[in-house]
Amino acid sequence: MSRIGKIARRTFLFGSVAVAGGVAFGVYAVRKPHDNPLKAKLAAGAATFNPWVLIDSTKITLITPHADKGQGVVSSQAALIAEELDVEFGQFETSFGQPSPAYWNTAMAEEAVPFRATDNGFAAETMRDVMGGVMKLLGFQGTGGSTTIPDSFEKLRRAGAIARETLKLAASQETGVPVKQLTTANGTVLLPDGTALPYTALAATAATLDPVGDVTLRAPDTWRMIGKPMQRLDIVAKSTGTQTYGVDVDLPGMVHATVCTNPRRSALNSFDASAALKMRGITDVVEVTNGLAVLADNTWRAMQAMQAIEFDWAAAPYPPEQDGHWTALEASFTEEARDNTWVDNGDVETALTGDLIEAEYRSPYVAHAPLEPLNAIVLVEDAHVTVWTGHQFPRQLQVEVAKITGHDADQVVLHNQYIGGSFGHRLEFEHVKQAAEIANRRRGTPVKLTYSREEDFLQDFPRHISIGRGRGKIENGQITAIDLQMAAPSVIASQTGRIGLSVPGPDSQIAAGAWNNPYTLPAFRMRAYRAPELAPTSSWRSVGAPGAGFVFDTFLDEMIHAAGADPMAERIRLMDNQIARAVIETVAEMSDWGAPLAPNQGKGVAFVESFGVPVAEVVQVTATDQGIRIDNVWAALDAGTVVDPINYENLVQGGIIFGLGHAMNCEITYADGRAEQENYHAHEAMRIHQCPVIEVKALENQSKIRGLGEPPVPPAAPALGNAIFAATGQRIREMPLNRHIDFV
Amino acid sequence: MKFTVNGTEQNVDVEDDMPLLWVLREELGITGPKYGCGIAQCGACTVHLDGVAVRSCQVPVSSLDGSAVTTIEGLGTPESLHAVQAAWVQHQVAQCGYCQSGQIMQAASLLETNPAPTDEDIDFVMAGNLCRCGTYPRIRAAIHSAAKALNKG
Repeated sequence: MSRIGKIARRTFLFGSVAVAGGVAFGVYAVRKPHDNPLKAKLAAGAATFNPWVLIDSTKITLITPHADKGQGVVSSQAALIAEELDVEFGQFETSFGQPSPAYWNTAMAEEAVPFRATDNGFAAETMRDVMGGVMKLLGFQGTGGSTTIPDSFEKLRRAGAIARETLKLAASQETGVPVKQLTTANGTVLLPDGTALPYTALAATAATLDPVGDVTLRAPDTWRMIGKPMQRLDIVAKSTGTQTYGVDVDLPGMVHATVCTNPRRSALNSFDASAALKMRGITDVVEVTNGLAVLADNTWRAMQAMQAIEFDWAAAPYPPEQDGHWTALEASFTEEARDNTWVDNGDVETALTGDLIEAEYRSPYVAHAPLEPLNAIVLVEDAHVTVWTGHQFPRQLQVEVAKITGHDADQVVLHNQYIGGSFGHRLEFEHVKQAAEIANRRRGTPVKLTYSREEDFLQDFPRHISIGRGRGKIENGQITAIDLQMAAPSVIASQTGRIGLSVPGPDSQIAAGAWNNPYTLPAFRMRAYRAPELAPTSSWRSVGAPGAGFVFDTFLDEMIHAAGADPMAERIRLMDNQIARAVIETVAEMSDWGAPLAPNQGKGVAFVESFGVPVAEVVQVTATDQGIRIDNVWAALDAGTVVDPINYENLVQGGIIFGLGHAMNCEITYADGRAEQENYHAHEAMRIHQCPVIEVKALENQSKIRGLGEPPVPPAAPALGNAIFAATGQRIREMPLNRHIDFV
Repeated sequence: MKFTVNGTEQNVDVEDDMPLLWVLREELGITGPKYGCGIAQCGACTVHLDGVAVRSCQVPVSSLDGSAVTTIEGLGTPESLHAVQAAWVQHQVAQCGYCQSGQIMQAASLLETNPAPTDEDIDFVMAGNLCRCGTYPRIRAAIHSAAKALNKG
């Protein structure tokens, strides 16, 4: 790592100190662009204008470096480039490209600073700038935190515009027609006489030119793609079984492998694989960190043989029984364990006297469990290592693999793959490291590792558990004070700890979705407590907000009911942020909030802001003889400019279903040190017969564009719980809700 | 033992209890059917066995003698979409897409026996096909569209 890189990494580790003490690296280092990685292997006559556009005499290739795990971002990244480049879908190929610092994520700093997303004050913006500089110097390439569109929105349009203007310059040189008289459309430069020069025919000349630096982005009212329905580039392949995922990649001479590592997340003491080694097609059993891999000529045979191995595992490094995890959280509401006081407005202590409303809430461990099980192919050779897998942190993947094989990180070639769902699962490295461990012993042979579903569950790093406590005061029919406390282990510490990083300061995810609420209360305090590390955890779609948001919005609902007010009208009355208020007013109208319902029906509303996106959801349920049926959901949200209305609706509906389904019936619990849920029958989430009709409305009042992957998730659980209360009078303060009530 | 896959006769030399899913994926290189759970809880491996939707992870190869297997690849192709696939494209159902081969095969099987299913019919037949991304509203809409298209034809 370069000296600047080392300084940046240290600054990342001690970010708050660096900000307080001044920036440790120069403005020059931050402003200097990274090298264009496409120049490295550029063929003669091929032109690259920046890290995202490559044109040769035969084709146009757009680099879409953000991982696509279903959010459709290959299409949306390509559309942003194409909007300015004047190419249409069907006229170019896409590639995930190779890992490169040039693809550093400009938007991740937003979530890495402890300020409200809506805080554009000097301190917040300064720290975002500093952290952004750190991310750039580190070349921090990543997909996560709903940042793909915020990262890409301007950058990729600019990339398209630079390429377009440079191609026009090339056409001008070839024809003598002044640039001002040239236009572009359909992958061609148009001369005033109507002659169309394909970009591919201009590539050789363009390759000799310096890319045009000074471009103006087109005005929104002239966009031909952004904001209009697009047909996703992957939709035909994904409707015909022809989309290739990592699990489908097949290489000549490939060995198939599966692993079993300690379900108690500790060491392997001993094993007996003698029976497995005699089974058909089994070529070897080798040790990997904390477990074993079976190598075979077929994945099923490897999985069958794994069943025949006897293991003796070391004990779990965390409480073996689930009760011990809850006890650890209950013991963390102490001054010593206080991670941060996020808000302390008004005089909460004075207000909280006399009759109080008090409640405690629990949010469980939940698995990621995307349908494509973890898999990776690794081929280790002397000169380089080649990896085929879908991953959200390509550059860190290079580092992790190189540590195992002894190569330099830049000798690790990654063929990033379309991913069959992630929800945070593909931020982790264990499966890739295991494949590298095996392949390092079989140099020259590609090793394909596929997890069984059971291994995928048992070795998941689930969403963290949390306990929330609310105390509140009502006077004269109005809420006068709320005091909220959240206790949770730090998911960020657990996750970054596995790659040798530590994030300074408080863990914003313990309180995310609660402390940053837009309500104006006479007194509000929000304190977060850091429980000790328990089971290892990782970011789960929307991270902290589904837990803390459930606590805040359920407690708020309880307070409003106790005050005798209407849950919708009172939320609107207390909300003075105009962007948030427009969102909740919209959902009130969409859901026809005040309309009469049958006695066994109820509507619940919730509002949670996460990743800078205010989202309000109304859920309507019917209490039937067979249990709660979720009939309808209405959602309004403001993520700024809509890139593709169809994909937008699909992602929001999916996020709501994800939030509802896990709130209904999903939890990971530990017994004898291991997760008790090993497959979908025990961790089911929502199925189609439980799926409500979901209406979505996008507002575009925000000036900053935001991501959509996560924000629709957090309000779903409290809106459902609040609806169940409205329909039944039963207040459920613990997820999954089916611990207390049945669902149809 | 002989059986056909998408009209082509196959003869594989594997253990009797190897599930059809793994024969398709790793012996025959037909990867449209997906491994998701291995215990018939997700439906990602759904194929047609003599015209009926089955979970291929639960069908031992020894039971296939004389059978006709159709996978998503045999239902239609990008150049020649089946009506259900065309509806899936029209409604842009897929997000990650991993479950969709199974969803489409289950939906095609439903429409074979019930040309005009209600939402309740759809929910009943499709309940075994898990979608972790939550594309269910689009699946319902696409099945209704496909039903209309097939009935017109």
